[in-house]
Amino acid sequence: MHELSIADSIIKTVLHEIEVKQLPAVKRIVVRIGALSGVVPDALEFGFEALVIDTPLERSRLVIEYLPVRGKCRECGKDFEVENFLFACPHCASGAVDVTQGEELDIAYLDVEDESPPERHAPS
Amino acid sequence: MTGKITLEKKVLSENDRLAAEIRQVLNRNGVAALNLVSSPGSGKTSLLEKTIGALAGELRIGLIAGDVQTDNDAVRLVKAGARMVRPIVTGGACHLDARMVSRVLPELDLENMDLLFVENVGNLVCPSSYDLGEDMKVVVISTTEGDDKPLKYPAMFRRSSVMVINKIDLLGTSDFDMENVKANARSINAGLTIFDVSCRTGEGLESWFAWLRAFVAEKKQGMHGA
Repeated sequence: MHELSIADSIIKTVLHEIEVKQLPAVKRIVVRIGALSGVVPDALEFGFEALVIDTPLERSRLVIEYLPVRGKCRECGKDFEVENFLFACPHCASGAVDVTQGEELDIAYLDVEDESPPERHAPS
Repeated sequence: MTGKITLEKKVLSENDRLAAEIRQVLNRNGVAALNLVSSPGSGKTSLLEKTIGALAGELRIGLIAGDVQTDNDAVRLVKAGARMVRPIVTGGACHLDARMVSRVLPELDLENMDLLFVENVGNLVCPSSYDLGEDMKVVVISTTEGDDKPLKYPAMFRRSSVMVINKIDLLGTSDFDMENVKANARSINAGLTIFDVSCRTGEGLESWFAWLRAFVAEKKQGMHGA
């Protein structure tokens, strides 16, 4: 259950970003998790929700883009999706496969409230 | 209306930065470093006991032993003859990270060390995400586990360079099949170097020791050749 410490890193990184760039409220935090990252999305969401309570990110949503594993064959050069973690080229059966996608554990981007202040209604 | 702020930042960038620092320090001192990972009970500590006991006369071996609550493993390995042992009691954490390692690293006499083992916490999931600055990960599996374990924990077997299959003296007492486990592991990582050993009887350990000697020699040569 290291997802709790992963969630903690995400939260710290985003809070730091808010402070440095003086960002308005963060609506969504979009992270990219590869199938080989060793991180379970459900556990990460659970950890995030537990840790954001009483922080400026309490109302932010964690959006997880889960990426399947992709590989490139070192023998025939073809790209393919690695299914069931079977690291063999489906074209030439070589096991010399470089991972091109699936190791990700990245914070991709943040969606923040528009910077322009909301329209003021005349006091009634 | 919302605005998009691009970050494209690795969640573990701080861990990776520290791991790179550790790697640099180890390389500068010509210390070969292995990160040992496994499920609880596969025999990481037994393997280290046998290895340190056999090689302590010819190699200067250091050890960082991760343990969740006790320093039992560290105590066992001091007895076996490790020159320098530093326990990290994680206090419940399920893995070691680069920060924990970098904290104890200054206490080790790296100038007088050939080989450093980092014994990770018994867990095949979480430790796979954390680079500790090692040269390689060595995954230990035993014949009392399922032979489909590599398929259940692909990230760990993909990121390891060596697989040690322990407890081969117990083969035949369960449905564990050596050919299956190797085929499963190689389907995930074709380049795995595999050793079949029994820490209890000593069978197969000689080839593991020979590999370690060659690995240490290569590391030293790399340092002097550079």
